[in-house]
Amino acid sequence: MTALLELEDVEARYGPVHVLHGISLAVEEGSVVAVLGPNGAGKTTTLRAVSGTVRRSGSIRFAGRSLNRVGPDGVARLGIAHVPEGRGTFSELTVSENLRLGAYTRRGSIQPELDRVFSYFPWLSERRRQQAGTLSGGEQQMLALARAFVLRPRLLLLDEPSLGLAPVLVAELFRIVRELNEKEGLTVLVVEQNAHLALQAADAGYVLEAGHVVLSGSSAELRADDSVRRSYLGY
Amino acid sequence: MDSAETSPLAGLRARGGAIDVDAAVVVLLLLGAAIFLLVGCLQSTTFAQYTVQGLALGSVYGALALALVLVYRATHVINFAQGELAMLTTYIAYQLMLWGLSYWAAFAATLAIAFALGTALQVTVIRPVQRSVIAVVIVTVGLFILIDGVVNWIWGADPKFMHSPFGFASFDVGGVEISHRYLWMMGVVFVSVLLVWALFRFTKLGLGMRAAALRPAAAALVGVRVDSMLAIGWGLAAVLGAVAGLMAEPSQFSLSPEFMQPILVYAFAAAVLGGLESPAGALVGGLAIGVSLTLVVGYVPQKYIGSELQLPLAFAVLLLILLVKPSGLFGRREVRRV
Repeated sequence: MTALLELEDVEARYGPVHVLHGISLAVEEGSVVAVLGPNGAGKTTTLRAVSGTVRRSGSIRFAGRSLNRVGPDGVARLGIAHVPEGRGTFSELTVSENLRLGAYTRRGSIQPELDRVFSYFPWLSERRRQQAGTLSGGEQQMLALARAFVLRPRLLLLDEPSLGLAPVLVAELFRIVRELNEKEGLTVLVVEQNAHLALQAADAGYVLEAGHVVLSGSSAELRADDSVRRSYLGY
Repeated sequence: MDSAETSPLAGLRARGGAIDVDAAVVVLLLLGAAIFLLVGCLQSTTFAQYTVQGLALGSVYGALALALVLVYRATHVINFAQGELAMLTTYIAYQLMLWGLSYWAAFAATLAIAFALGTALQVTVIRPVQRSVIAVVIVTVGLFILIDGVVNWIWGADPKFMHSPFGFASFDVGGVEISHRYLWMMGVVFVSVLLVWALFRFTKLGLGMRAAALRPAAAALVGVRVDSMLAIGWGLAAVLGAVAGLMAEPSQFSLSPEFMQPILVYAFAAAVLGGLESPAGALVGGLAIGVSLTLVVGYVPQKYIGSELQLPLAFAVLLLILLVKPSGLFGRREVRRV
């Protein structure tokens, strides 16, 4: 089985600052993969390299196709939904407009997609006409997830979904991600500070430090690893 | 173009029913102005005539102000060439009519040409420098000079006369002479604005354009081609400008290379009055500037404020708003929770 997403020796920089020094990772179709690591390790940049929002080199292949020369809107058109840090919610637009934007690259009626999304996020349906900026932080994060899912993406890139959320909301969020993965076969690459939750939801994980992959394996292997336990799980 | 995010009433709703003092003041102010105009019109036919004339001129200012706002919302840059672009497209309409097209055929063709021209300018001269606001501003000033020179070179500086289908007839409504021309000006501007609004509000393209203007990076992530949206935005702004130019021409009775320059100043004042980011504000601002300037020049004796002072007066309004309430009447305040 070949991987849906494959990064090989990917480097990325912001101006003169080198952030990724040759990252290699693979995401199997239908799996949830977590990227862990301390602040500044290059976790967010790894996702940005995939979606083309940072200058990158090395090889990035999605479903057998090179993404190296594809810009952000092209990446979205290939079926990769990126929920960036800070959610990328259009706070000035309504909930329904945000969802329609999620399906921007889809042609024809998106009503079936909306209905499907509302079955996972029933409360969104009642808030359709509300301005997205007036939702609470947790609701906005759910909206961001819903917006990404309307695209029916083949791959979801999720950046720090727990940032600034109450623990109970974070748990709920990961429960929905897991549910989307199991019921809809959604493939997810998630960057997360909360290693405990991330490894619970993920099948496999990579640990990044200073722009290098220092460790990788199945969630069970990572959980059992001493250094991971000490550094990220805290016991 | 989304009224839901810009109108004061939406402000009331967005804050969950809590009364927003700012929005309430603006609503009262506009209501007061409307009542003042209505009572004035019923009292005096001269006043009514000035008001109608002011509204017609104001709708032209509003259309050009809206063009400025469209560009400003997308790129946070004022297009100083917007007025000259409108002037150029009016000359194109004039030329098309010389070649034998009827007024409305020339009108339609001009709007199409304006769209192509606006889009092409964005792609060729704005996009290469769009990362720097000051560079874009300088380029638009350069465009102003370039267009001015080209028009003078092709058509000459002497005034041209365009055949207008609106005629000089007028209705008599209770003793008030309402010129057909003014009604046409208002009608054409409002239909154009309504169409542009509907495009932004109800179509996928419009949604993409709003998203690209609000958050370009996030818009690209959902697959919006941000660069194309900006180019289309320039095209639409040029179309609105062309409508403003074509509707301004009959009020000036002749066409000359500098005929849009004062109107650009009024449009600046209108856009700032409306809050620069608010399309509805641009339109209301245009009408307000049009009516108040017409009334001031009409009623205040020449020895106090001569009609020569209309332009400085518009500048004074602009300055006053920037000093007192920089966000204008309908300026958006961020409604956001984290």
